[in-house]
Amino acid sequence: MNKHVSPKMNRRAFVIGSAALGTGLAVGLDVPFGGPAVVRAADGSPEIGAWVVVRPDDTVVIRVARSEMGQGSLTGLAQLVAEELECDWTKVTTEYPTPGQSVARKRVWGDFSTGGSRGIRSSQDYVRKGGATARMMLIQAAANEWKVPASECTAANSVITHSPSGKSTTYGKVAEAAAKLTPPADVKLKDPKDWRLVGKGVKRLDTPDKVTGTTVYGIDVKLPGMLNAAIKDCPVFGGKVKSFDEAKIAGMKGVQKVVKVGDTAVAVVADTWWHAKTALDALPIVWDEGDNAKVSSESIAKWLADGLDNEQPAYVGNRNGDVKAAIAGAAKKIEAVYNYPYQNHATMEPMNATALCTADKCEVWCGTQNGEAAFAAVLEASGLPAEKCDVHKVMPGGGFGRRGQTDYVRQAVAIAKQMPGTPIKLLWSREEDMAHGRYHPITQCKMTGAFDANNNLIALHYRLSGQSILFSLRPEALQNGMDPAAFQGVAQTGEAAFGYSVPNLLVEHAMRNPHVPPGFWRGVNVNHNAIYMECFMDELAHAAGQDPLEFRRKLMGNHPKHLAVLNAVAEKIGWDKPAPQGIHRGIAQVMGYGSYVAGAAEISVTDASKIKVHRIVASTDPGYIVNPAQVERQIAGSFVYGLSALFYGGCTVKDGRIEQTNFDTYNSMRINEMPKVESVMVPSGGFWGGVGEPTIGIAAPAVLNAYFAATGKRIRSVPLRDQNITFA
Amino acid sequence: MANLTINGKAVTLDVEPDTPLLWAIRENAGLTGTKYGCGIAQCGACTVHLDGVAIRSCGVSVSEAEGKKVTTIEGLASGNSLHRVQEAWIAQDVPQCGYCQSGMIMAVAALLNEKPKPTDADIDEAITNICRCGTFQQVREAIHTIASA
Repeated sequence: MNKHVSPKMNRRAFVIGSAALGTGLAVGLDVPFGGPAVVRAADGSPEIGAWVVVRPDDTVVIRVARSEMGQGSLTGLAQLVAEELECDWTKVTTEYPTPGQSVARKRVWGDFSTGGSRGIRSSQDYVRKGGATARMMLIQAAANEWKVPASECTAANSVITHSPSGKSTTYGKVAEAAAKLTPPADVKLKDPKDWRLVGKGVKRLDTPDKVTGTTVYGIDVKLPGMLNAAIKDCPVFGGKVKSFDEAKIAGMKGVQKVVKVGDTAVAVVADTWWHAKTALDALPIVWDEGDNAKVSSESIAKWLADGLDNEQPAYVGNRNGDVKAAIAGAAKKIEAVYNYPYQNHATMEPMNATALCTADKCEVWCGTQNGEAAFAAVLEASGLPAEKCDVHKVMPGGGFGRRGQTDYVRQAVAIAKQMPGTPIKLLWSREEDMAHGRYHPITQCKMTGAFDANNNLIALHYRLSGQSILFSLRPEALQNGMDPAAFQGVAQTGEAAFGYSVPNLLVEHAMRNPHVPPGFWRGVNVNHNAIYMECFMDELAHAAGQDPLEFRRKLMGNHPKHLAVLNAVAEKIGWDKPAPQGIHRGIAQVMGYGSYVAGAAEISVTDASKIKVHRIVASTDPGYIVNPAQVERQIAGSFVYGLSALFYGGCTVKDGRIEQTNFDTYNSMRINEMPKVESVMVPSGGFWGGVGEPTIGIAAPAVLNAYFAATGKRIRSVPLRDQNITFA
Repeated sequence: MANLTINGKAVTLDVEPDTPLLWAIRENAGLTGTKYGCGIAQCGACTVHLDGVAIRSCGVSVSEAEGKKVTTIEGLASGNSLHRVQEAWIAQDVPQCGYCQSGMIMAVAALLNEKPKPTDADIDEAITNICRCGTFQQVREAIHTIASA
C-alpha cells in the first residue's frame, strides 16, 4: 500500500513539522563526525541524497516536488527515480517535501511549479540523477563492507550483488552506511534503450485511496478547533466592498465572525461551512463596482474586433516574405474571422485552503500546482519570514492551470490572521468559483490566405486580437510589451512551433486586455491558435479544391515531426478510404509544450444541429514516454476537456461580471457524449515533450472540420451552444 | 437534530432539518469521502445511496433521509474486502484527480445492482456524473469488465 504523506524532517536551524496533523515531529539531524550530515525522515530512516529515503525493510520513499493533480506525474517521476535507483518497484512509496523545507535546504528539490506540461519534462534529468546517485552510494556502502571494488558490484530490484564472491545484501541493510558517504560527483544516466521501468504503463501509486474516499483533498482537511469560512468577492473584477450589514445575520446558527478580506471580499466564519455559506447568502453586502461594471461581452467583442484592423498596432510573432505584397498580387484570396471565448477551469473541487496563523507562525494546507508560489503567498499575506511559514500540499481535485494561482491561499491567510490560533478552512462555493476564475483569455482572429494561379498557398496573414495572459500574470516575461506565449502553436521556433512552410507569412497580435483576469487554462494559447489555424487550413484546402490532408502535407515537408503524427492519425483512421455511410471526418495537427500531436474525428450530424462523435484517433510524439497508460489517459481526457469547452463552455460578461454561475449554465460532457479515443503513441526519442496539454488543441478543430465535411457549414465561433448546436 | 442511519450505524446529528444531506455527512458525521462539486444536483460528486438508490446528496435534506439507509463511499466495502467496483477501479486505474470518483463509484455500484450486465446505452443513461479530468473511457471499460466477470 502506497501512502502519500508529507515528510517531516528536522534540522538544527530549521524545525518544521505539523503537530496539528498528528503525524508528530521529526527526529533530528545526525551530528556529522567528519562525514556529511545524515538527514532523517520522520521514522528515523536515512536520506540517501535528497530524493530517496531507504527504510530498513527495503521500502524506498521517493520525494516528489511537483504536484499530482490527476495527470499522473507523481507516478511518472517516481518511475524515473526508481529506474536509476534499481529498486524494487513494489516497495516504492512517495512523499512531498514542503516548500518551506526546500527553501531551508537551498531549494534542493528544485522547482515545485506544475504547469505548462512541465512536471516530468523539466525535472526528468535531475530526478534521474537523484536515483542514480543513491544507487551508487548504496553500492559503495556494500562494497566498503565487503572490502571489494564498487565496480565489481551490481544492483537490481533493491539487491546488491558481488558476483565474484557471490555475496549479496539489500538496500535496507546498507542504507545507514550509504547515508554517511559523500555523494559521487560523476553520475551517469542509463541509455534510454536500457530502461526497464520507464516506458511501462505501471499502475498509478495514488489510486487505492481514491476509490475508498480516504484521499485527503483540500476540502477534507481537518484540524483541531478548526472553523469554516465562506467568501464573496466583489462580482465585478476590480470592484470593492462598500459596506455590509453584519447585524442582519447576528445570531444565525454557528456564526462566529464576519470579516473583511482585503478591500474586495467579505467572509463569514462559522462552525460548519454550511452555516457559514447560509449566513453569507443572507448577509447584505453593498459593492463599489467601479467603472468595470459597464463592460459586457458585446463591448469586449467590439474592442477586439477593432484590433483586427490592420492599421492598429500589433506585435509580430512570426514573419517571412512579404505578406501584404503577396496578397495584393494573388490570383485568389480568402479571409475568415474566428473567435474564442473566456473559459473557466471548473475544477471539480472548488478553490479552498486551510490556514493557521499565530503571532509567529503561519501554516497552510491546500491543493496547489505550485507549492513555492503558495509558500510565497503565505509569506506575503502573513508578513512572516520563510522560517516561520510553510505549505502542506494535499491532493487537488483538479488543477488544469487554476491552482497555479494563489488568490485563494492569500484569502485564507487574510481570514486566519484575524482569528489567531484558530485554523480556518476557506472553501469557495461553486458560484464563487465560477465568478472568480482566472479565465482562458478571450481572442478573435482574422486570417487571410492567398493562392497563385495554380492553387498554391503563397501567403498567410494571421492576425490575432485579444488578451495576453502574461500581461496580467507575469509582466516581467513580456518582451518589449509583446507576449511571446500568445503565439503558441504558430511561433517560428521553439516548443510550440508552426508546422507549415508558407513563403509569405505574417503572424501578429494586437493586444487588448479587458478587465476579466486571464489565466493558464489547460492548453493555454494553443487552444484558440490551433482552432483558428487548423480550421482555416481546412478552409484553404477546400478553397484550393484539395483534400485537407493532402493540402497540409504539401506545406509540411520541412516539418517532419509535425507530419509524422499527422500521417499516423491519417493511417489509423483510414483517411485514404471513404468513411462509413453518414459519417464525416475532420483532421488537425499542432505542436505545443514540446510535443507533436494530431487528431482526427468521425462524426455524424442530424439537422445540422445535433453532433454525434463516433470515433476519435489521436497521436502524440512527446519524444519519450514514461508511462504509456497515463499518456493514453491524458490524451483521452484532453478530448473531454477540449470538447466540453467547444460544445458547452464559454463565459460571458454582463455588467462587468461573469454570467455563468454553476454547471447548469457552464456544462461539461458526460459519458454518453464521449466516444472511445484511440491513441497512437509515436515517441521518436531525443527530446522531452509535455503530455497533459498539447492534445486539447486539436480536439475542437478535428470536430469542427468534420462538421464542415458533414454540412458544408463553417463554424467560426465557440461555444456551439450559442449556435444551438449540441451533442445528439 | 436528525436521526440517520449511515453505513449501518445509527447516528444523531445536531443539524437543522433542511441541511443538505451532503453537508451533514461531511461536516456532522465527519465522512469526507462524499464530495461537494456544485450544490445543485448537477455534477454527481456527492452521490450516495439512499435505501440502495443512487441520489445526489446535495439536493436531499436530512429530514428526507431520516428513516432510510444512507450508504457512502466509506460504507461500500465489506470490512476489509473492497466492493467489486472499487476493485475494478484499481485494476483499470480509473481515477485521475479522483475527486469525482466517490460519486462515480456509488453511481456505478447502484447501476450494477439494478442491471448486472449493463449495455453501453444503460451506462449512458444511468451514469451522468461530471468528470473534468475525463475518465469516462476507463469508467466504461471498468463497468464492462465487472459485468463480464
